[in-house]
Amino acid sequence: MSAFLGAFLPPFIVQLVIILLKIAVVIAIGLLHVAYATYWERKVIGHMQVRLGPREVGPFGLLQPIADGVKLFFKEDIIPANADKPLFYLSPVIFFIAAISSLSVIPFFESFVIADINIGLLFLFAMSSLGAYGIVLSGWSSNSKYAFLGGLRSASQVISYEISMGLSLVGVMLMAGSLNLSDIVRAQHQYPTGMFAVPQFIGFFVFVVSAFAETNRLPFDLPEAESELVAGYFTEYSGFRFALFFLGEYTGMIIMSSISSICFLGGWTIPRFVTDLLPFLNYVPGILWFLLKVYCFMFFFYWVRATLPRYRYDQLMAIGWKLLIPLSLLNIVITAIVKIWFRGMA
Amino acid sequence: MPGTFTPSAYLPILIFLVVATAFGIGALLIGELFRLKRPYPEKLMPYESGNEPVGEPRIRFSVRFYIIAMLFVVFDVEAVFLYPWAVVFDRVGFFAFIEMIIFIIILLVGYVYAWKKEAFVWD
Amino acid sequence: MISQLFFGYFAAVIIILSLLVVTRKNPVHSVMWMLLMFFHIAGMYLFLNAEFIAAIQVIVYAGAILVLFLFVVLLLNLREELQTNRFIGSWPAGLVIAASLLLSMIAALRSFVPGPSGPYTIALIEKETHTRVLGQVLYTEYLFPFEIASLILLVAIIGAIVLAKKKVRS
Repeated sequence: MSAFLGAFLPPFIVQLVIILLKIAVVIAIGLLHVAYATYWERKVIGHMQVRLGPREVGPFGLLQPIADGVKLFFKEDIIPANADKPLFYLSPVIFFIAAISSLSVIPFFESFVIADINIGLLFLFAMSSLGAYGIVLSGWSSNSKYAFLGGLRSASQVISYEISMGLSLVGVMLMAGSLNLSDIVRAQHQYPTGMFAVPQFIGFFVFVVSAFAETNRLPFDLPEAESELVAGYFTEYSGFRFALFFLGEYTGMIIMSSISSICFLGGWTIPRFVTDLLPFLNYVPGILWFLLKVYCFMFFFYWVRATLPRYRYDQLMAIGWKLLIPLSLLNIVITAIVKIWFRGMA
Repeated sequence: MPGTFTPSAYLPILIFLVVATAFGIGALLIGELFRLKRPYPEKLMPYESGNEPVGEPRIRFSVRFYIIAMLFVVFDVEAVFLYPWAVVFDRVGFFAFIEMIIFIIILLVGYVYAWKKEAFVWD
Repeated sequence: MISQLFFGYFAAVIIILSLLVVTRKNPVHSVMWMLLMFFHIAGMYLFLNAEFIAAIQVIVYAGAILVLFLFVVLLLNLREELQTNRFIGSWPAGLVIAASLLLSMIAALRSFVPGPSGPYTIALIEKETHTRVLGQVLYTEYLFPFEIASLILLVAIIGAIVLAKKKVRS
């Protein structure tokens, strides 16, 4: 493709066109996944609660997300009186951008990353830190007590679990020796068990719990809980602004699932011992393995939502600070000690 | 020499950010053309389960939020020191590992102090 | 050429944004402009071949310290209607001090002599990523300052709790 274009365009333009195409593809497929993630969630939770999910719109209710999107787009744009207009406008956009720009560093399969940067993992942390702003500003700019309190609590929750999320991934950094996401996947492929989840099970556990808290999902969704604070920080948002928050939240879930698949489950690769046993699996394209792992994780998100009760806010903060941080530090120290031991033996 | 290096690997991220911002803001602006605009005072009041809003909208909140944010800054910086250490772990000697253990222990002293002083407890 | 264009853009925008930060009436708006400024500073670090520092700028400065600022601003609940005079009475004195500071900075810059190049050339840093080079130097040569940093962080934890807990008790 680049050779074809390179025939009659300067190389810089060719590069630019390829980047733009990749971005278009990733955004289009990403947003489609996000839209259908909402549909699948309603279906899965419905079935777990012994009822059917959406069925009316289109065959099997498959056009439901499109109907929702269209409705939200055309809904009247209500801005509460005395709301801080510029920030009210900006907060959902900030939240959405923070979530979706994380897609630019995720390697979907071998050599397909929009931006193969050497600090990929840190970029993901940076974007999740940015998301906290969208939350607290939306709460504040709505000029409503419920929204403000919800926004503060949610932002405090997000920052509390960011520490344990970062620390749990230090174990992965130790094992892979790199912050580049593609390198982490390749390092897993070299590793005997094929996945870092097996030696790093503590880190994996801490990361999964932190991921649930970072995306404000049950059992950590008190700031959004319908019965407690109406809808928390996005009480006052309607129409497309609400859609942006919703899109941002589900994109965040997909990003967290992608990070777990890349850092703990081997990304687009499958363990060597599996391909040794069943060599025909080598012909399955890497993207399918990646998507399979991400879908399993999303299902896990829905399953937990259908099953577990909600934590109280003080329990939530206690878990983040008192349980996960010491646990992840312990994981780091153990990993380092084991590495030294093996290095000494080798 | 500064001025001779261009981070070309980051260009796609810049473009992506521009595209994402354009999408977010563009969708909102285009919708402006199509949406109804019928504001009236009852619709614009902040939601309080049907009652009139009582009290100042921006209440003074607990100082706990401030403590959590402060502790977050400190522990975030600690995590940041761990990232390059983890990446060069194989190359630096055993001594660097011991130094990092000392670093973690010193911070654990602070952590235990915070725990004892109930900084992590939220009522 | 490209990097100079970007430098010009970053420099101009950072100055404009810092002016915006200090002149807004609404403190939350100031914080938001500061956030945008930090992103531009991170961009500047990228052009200096310091990608790890750029990431840390966003994660720690924009993502932690500025969130703390934002919480404090919200805690203080400054009403926007509080219309004190925009400029304090003694602004000529402030202007003189700032102008002399600027002149001394310009004079200092002209006598700036770059040090000898060390082993860490741009080519080396591009090969081994910036994070590895930083880690290599920090955890071998600069071990002692690193431990001092941990003591500073410890003091920060204790200080924050001592100062804040007094309020909670009362």
